[in-house]
Amino acid sequence: MTAPRTLYEKIVDSHNVLTLSGEGRDATILLYIDRTVLNEYTSPQAFSGLREHGRKAWRPQAALGVVDHVNSTAPLRTNHVDDADAQKQIDYFATNGKDFNIEMFDVLDARQGIEHVVLPELGLVQPGMVIAAGDSHTTTYGAFGSIGFGIGTSDIEHLLATQTLPYRPLKNMRASVRGQTPAGVTAKDIIMHLIRTIGADGAAGHALELDGDAIQALDVEGRMTICNMAVECGARVALMAPDAKVYVYVSGRPRSPSPELLERAKASWAELYSDPDAHFDREVVIDAADIAPTVTWGTSPDQAASIDQATPYPHEMPQAKQADATRALSYMGLASGLPLADVKIDHAFIGSCTNGRISDLRDAARVLKGRQIADGVRAIVSPGSSSVRRQAEAEGLDRIFKDAGFEWRQSGCSMCLAMNDDVLSAGERCASSTNRNFEGRQGSGGRTHLMSPAMVAAAAVMGRLTDVRKLPALEI
Amino acid sequence: MECFTCVAGLGAALPGANIDTDVIMPKAFLKGIDRSGLARGLFHDLRFDEQGEFRTEFVLNRPDAQGVRFLVVGPNFGCGSSREHAVWGMLQYGVRAVIGTSFAGIFADNAANNGLLLVTLPSEELLMLMEYVGNEPAELTVDLEQRQIRGNGLKTAFEIDAARRRALVLGLDRIGETLSHANAIRTWEAERLQSNPWLTAGEVA
Ligand code: SF4
Repeated sequence: MTAPRTLYEKIVDSHNVLTLSGEGRDATILLYIDRTVLNEYTSPQAFSGLREHGRKAWRPQAALGVVDHVNSTAPLRTNHVDDADAQKQIDYFATNGKDFNIEMFDVLDARQGIEHVVLPELGLVQPGMVIAAGDSHTTTYGAFGSIGFGIGTSDIEHLLATQTLPYRPLKNMRASVRGQTPAGVTAKDIIMHLIRTIGADGAAGHALELDGDAIQALDVEGRMTICNMAVECGARVALMAPDAKVYVYVSGRPRSPSPELLERAKASWAELYSDPDAHFDREVVIDAADIAPTVTWGTSPDQAASIDQATPYPHEMPQAKQADATRALSYMGLASGLPLADVKIDHAFIGSCTNGRISDLRDAARVLKGRQIADGVRAIVSPGSSSVRRQAEAEGLDRIFKDAGFEWRQSGCSMCLAMNDDVLSAGERCASSTNRNFEGRQGSGGRTHLMSPAMVAAAAVMGRLTDVRKLPALEI
Repeated sequence: MECFTCVAGLGAALPGANIDTDVIMPKAFLKGIDRSGLARGLFHDLRFDEQGEFRTEFVLNRPDAQGVRFLVVGPNFGCGSSREHAVWGMLQYGVRAVIGTSFAGIFADNAANNGLLLVTLPSEELLMLMEYVGNEPAELTVDLEQRQIRGNGLKTAFEIDAARRRALVLGLDRIGETLSHANAIRTWEAERLQSNPWLTAGEVA
């Protein structure tokens, strides 16, 4: 009988090609990577490296490229961007796809979208896989019970050339979210609450498995939101044991396995859970009943509070956090003791790989239906993919957004990192459904408050941060 | 990549926690298709004001901090985006090692792949070092052979993963090393894909 293993350990074991050095928990192994997704800004130097050494892509069909970071989200799509450097990245990306035989979606492709939205919606993410990609939010795929982790450009080159990566397995951590989440609390609030509780490095060096009835109750899209943002508490990998909801999600999509293959796959997927006695190096338990709609007040995702709280007084915080909190409040232009619900906004943004899926747009539309955004607020919605956009239009959500005063954009990363022309000016304040509130993230000097899509919608309507539970949702 | 054995030079302190890669290398510098021109981008919004003038209060802009080789940093340094540009920029600026209590995973891998040494120290020792370089940048020697950081009246030992140390000292071609196992990878892969045929469903050959 083998020793009890965590879900993470089981997947790592099933991808261990050979041991490179060391042994047991200290071994460095050669880890097989089933799949990768490439974007235009972290991959160019990897392809140049392959060229310099005369190397080919090991298994080009295991890679997919998507333009998502630098493209415009203007309603009328063209393959052209005004920024010459960004255009160069887009062109080089296309060339690399051709030269290395890798499938690429440009912005005119009907399947274009943010990489972490596109891969799952095509059916290319399956339980038990290992997926590494040149983007930190590759953790998203944990929602399927697959290992996803972000890598830099040198490792993209390594992966393309060898289909493997030298790998030091992580430690194991488990966060159990128990009980029922209160009404009006979403997956985004669960993960923001966890990050706030354990800190921006709370899961550093660990693979973070999430379980508990509050997680099981979520649909697969909500689980993706949580795994996506788990990297903001330092988790290199996030994982959830796959269940029947996941099996349904991965079937019947454009690239899903055939029904016969799926039946065979399910027998192997059924093993994907942590054994009852598996060892976790760290465990935290969260009571779902404690979670409220959460917003950030600072410049790190763990600088967050419930919407009914006020900005902190740094001198009341633990010593080690005081200087950072003072700096963050000053950057954010916020006094201490200010009720968060009094913070006025200039911008509202709904989108990103965290919250740009159809369920996110439905959540926001439910709040916006029959309402108008406040005067002086500029509000943008950029669906996570072109497919999500079409689906939303089929459901009439685009009308609700437009009637409320939102701009209905094309898909891309857009204001999540503002590498395209969707940028905050210095001092502008944005309610945002994205994942990072770092200094300058949405534009140099811009101020970001992270929250759920429904909370962004509520903030847009009221012109200030708002508890969505005070704006009763209307049926759509 | 430049090999690292023993480097001496100025160390400076950046004590904040969670200094992220957006701050280390803002997005305006991510639009290249090569690795060049990133020294200017390093900590750009902290180093330069809106007019492009030096912010004199920022530590790296101090007259006595010119030619800094080492940064002593707060916890969770390098969190956030996977952009390797952050590491490239540090090396281009002249930083050879970063010393802290913890580093974000992707940043640490990127550093290892480029010969930027990350030294992880326990909090008390880091605090001592932070005090040593805190008021004004000071000379340090980082010795990877001896696994020691030395300064005037200061000596701290550190540990480093053997594989990482070897790669730093020898400057290995990691891809070339892995490709020496190409046959093993092929065999392993063929077996896996054959016994799990659903894995390749949907792939466009
Ligand atoms: S939406 Fe934001 S976090 Fe996601 S891939 Fe794009 S830039 Fe990165």
